[in-house]
Amino acid sequence: MSKMIGAATGQAGINRRDVLRSASATAATAVLISAVKAAFPSGAYAQSPRLEKEQLKFGFIKLTDCAPVLIAQDKGFFEDEGLFVTVEAQANWKVLLDRVIGGELDGAHMLPGQAIGATIGFGTQAEVVAPFAMGLNTLAVTVSNDVWAAMKKHIPHQGGKPVHPIKADALKPVVEQYKVAGRKFNMGMVFPTSTHNYELRYWLAAGGLHPGFYSPSDISGQIGADVLISVTPPPQMPATLESGTIHGYCVGEPWNQQAVFKGIGVPVVTAYHIWNRTPEKVFGMRRDFADRNPNTTLAITKALVRAAMWLDEGNGRNRPEAAKIFSKREYIGADYDVIVGPITGVYQYEKGDTRPLPQFNIYFKDNASYPYYGDAVWYLTQMRRWGQIAEAKPDAWYLDTAKKVYLPNVYLQAAKALIAEGKASAPDFPMTSDGFHGEQGGFIDGVAFDARQPNAYLGKFQIGLKGSDTVRS
Amino acid sequence: MERVLSMFGSITTGDPREWLRALWFGLGVPVLAIALFLVVWAAGAARVQTSLGAVPGPMQVLAQARNLLEDHAAERAKRAQFYERQEARNAKRVAEDPKAQVKVHRWTGKPTFVDQISTSLKTVFTGFLLATLVAVPLGILCGSSRVVQAALNPIIQVFRPVSPLAWLPIVTLIVSAVYVTSDTAWFEKSFLVSAITVTLCSLWPTLINTGLGVSSIDRDLVNVGRVLKLSWYTKVFKVVLPSALPLIFTGMRLSLGVGWMVLIAAEMLAQNPGLGKFVWDEFQNGSQDSLGRIMVAVLTIGIIGFLLDRLMVALQSAFTHGATR
Repeated sequence: MSKMIGAATGQAGINRRDVLRSASATAATAVLISAVKAAFPSGAYAQSPRLEKEQLKFGFIKLTDCAPVLIAQDKGFFEDEGLFVTVEAQANWKVLLDRVIGGELDGAHMLPGQAIGATIGFGTQAEVVAPFAMGLNTLAVTVSNDVWAAMKKHIPHQGGKPVHPIKADALKPVVEQYKVAGRKFNMGMVFPTSTHNYELRYWLAAGGLHPGFYSPSDISGQIGADVLISVTPPPQMPATLESGTIHGYCVGEPWNQQAVFKGIGVPVVTAYHIWNRTPEKVFGMRRDFADRNPNTTLAITKALVRAAMWLDEGNGRNRPEAAKIFSKREYIGADYDVIVGPITGVYQYEKGDTRPLPQFNIYFKDNASYPYYGDAVWYLTQMRRWGQIAEAKPDAWYLDTAKKVYLPNVYLQAAKALIAEGKASAPDFPMTSDGFHGEQGGFIDGVAFDARQPNAYLGKFQIGLKGSDTVRS
Repeated sequence: MERVLSMFGSITTGDPREWLRALWFGLGVPVLAIALFLVVWAAGAARVQTSLGAVPGPMQVLAQARNLLEDHAAERAKRAQFYERQEARNAKRVAEDPKAQVKVHRWTGKPTFVDQISTSLKTVFTGFLLATLVAVPLGILCGSSRVVQAALNPIIQVFRPVSPLAWLPIVTLIVSAVYVTSDTAWFEKSFLVSAITVTLCSLWPTLINTGLGVSSIDRDLVNVGRVLKLSWYTKVFKVVLPSALPLIFTGMRLSLGVGWMVLIAAEMLAQNPGLGKFVWDEFQNGSQDSLGRIMVAVLTIGIIGFLLDRLMVALQSAFTHGATR
């Protein structure tokens, strides 16, 4: 334990040195800073920076939350920055992360938990940084038709339709029936450090269902679980549900809507209802790539910010066009009809039960693309809550780790450059933010989150590790 | 093929009845069988409902094939524009600053179906070439020395049946660790991973057949060589190789077939932008057109596999024609 603290403070030391070095010593960064400074009076920034690397390859998973990458590519925002980018769909999250770490991909649409997990050494160890957040919400929990039929009895109805948000309290009696019958209740999510894993767990635990712990010797994440959660790649979710291997899943779009279209399942709750600003994905790249190529990193961030702005422009008037772009086979490739609903803020829960849900995808509004340190801390608290971080850590460790992974300063630099070029306006950006929100609400269980006090936050939960708890297995 | 050849053979004999028979077996039966297959496919496919809609019949698959080719043409046009834009950009840069270093960047668009076919072919031939370079010399050693044969036999027997999917993670990790890519690298890592996996799986038929070919050389020939006191080099190239060649080619033919099958599986997981990745991407797309496109790929894979086999047969007869067996 004391060793851990020692290591943690050591890291903090490195952090400070890093900051110092990047501010003054490193020649490349000096070039960057002078370039940004030069930009302000003239606005001629676009012609001046020397990009260290111009030909790039980015990875993505076929999900609508990778939108900024695809839009920056398709609308030519990368090319405007002088970047020649190839985007390539990856088979699954593991392959994507390994290829970023191995250098085959220069950057990728990534789960925040992957970037954070890699940096703290849960799973593959490598330092990954995120200068851009890929938006809010965009995921949902879907259950099979049978489970839905059983759940429905426990959900209050109004006007013949179930009242949302639906809590896992309604699922609890169903899971208990399964237990009595000696059957396991299985659910799918996409990756051990995925947003989907943590949101699904949050939702279940808020309804009194234990989603299971991880321990250093047992990384199945099913220790003491009421609901057994395991990994299934997103595109295979509907097929796995249909075959009966799992009884529900938590995944991004279009895979929940596809369950409705195929008539095999019903989405019961979306990320917006679990936490009204669930930070969904990030743009991740290796730390040494970002360090060696600061101008390129800045240019990438600028292009992504422009793409996010385009996606939210004019109250989402570009969204139908975006859905058309996504349905190209080299991008997401699912049918336009399946993609367009959630993208344009209309969500179909069941056939005949379609409701407006404008908050389902937010890419830019409300600083959705700004990488808050606080968001990274939230992921770290959830990793600790479920035992992926096996031992207690001091609050400072949480903050330092968040600062190692998220790069809000690069984001703000990109914003300033865009403002100077006249492509963006200052009020749209959190120009004075220190990377923290202050106390946040909007969770389904009403528990408030303050990123500066992660341990106190963990103490508020009934189910989950807190304090110096450890999992025995 | 043999039947068609015998058909020509019978022309020279001049018996019209023989000739008609040959035509019937060489052309009539296969055409009828294909027609029957298409009818059964068209009738059966519509009845099978998947979650992506009905299984596409021959006409839908044909339409998808046409789409893919049109897509290829459209993408080529975009590529031309891309290079034009780049040229204009570079010209402007040089005009602003004559000392500016300008680079021409590779096309960044998606690989088309045609590109994916050519990537797969390049990968399979690279893997196959590597396999042949390793397997033939090893096979000759195996065939000419009982010690080497006894030593290698257990290793060969153990590794021969290993599936490409088992090799892949190991190859991926080793290539990632050993091969450092830069902007100017010759190969993509994914290309190397796929090619090496093909090598590992397609090595064995050539190795075993070469060994067999060498060990079953006519003893008289070997003895003559000994009497003439031929040098090692002459012995290998004048005696051993010519007589083992038919079996070496048989092995290589099998190897290329195995390699082609393995490649598709390897590409699905290694992300090498070939036909395997095309199939996997379409599976993940899950659109109404996906099944049709996957079937286009399946047929393409089959036809290319068949052509590769014919190619090896042609090479075999070209090289071993008239050689003593």
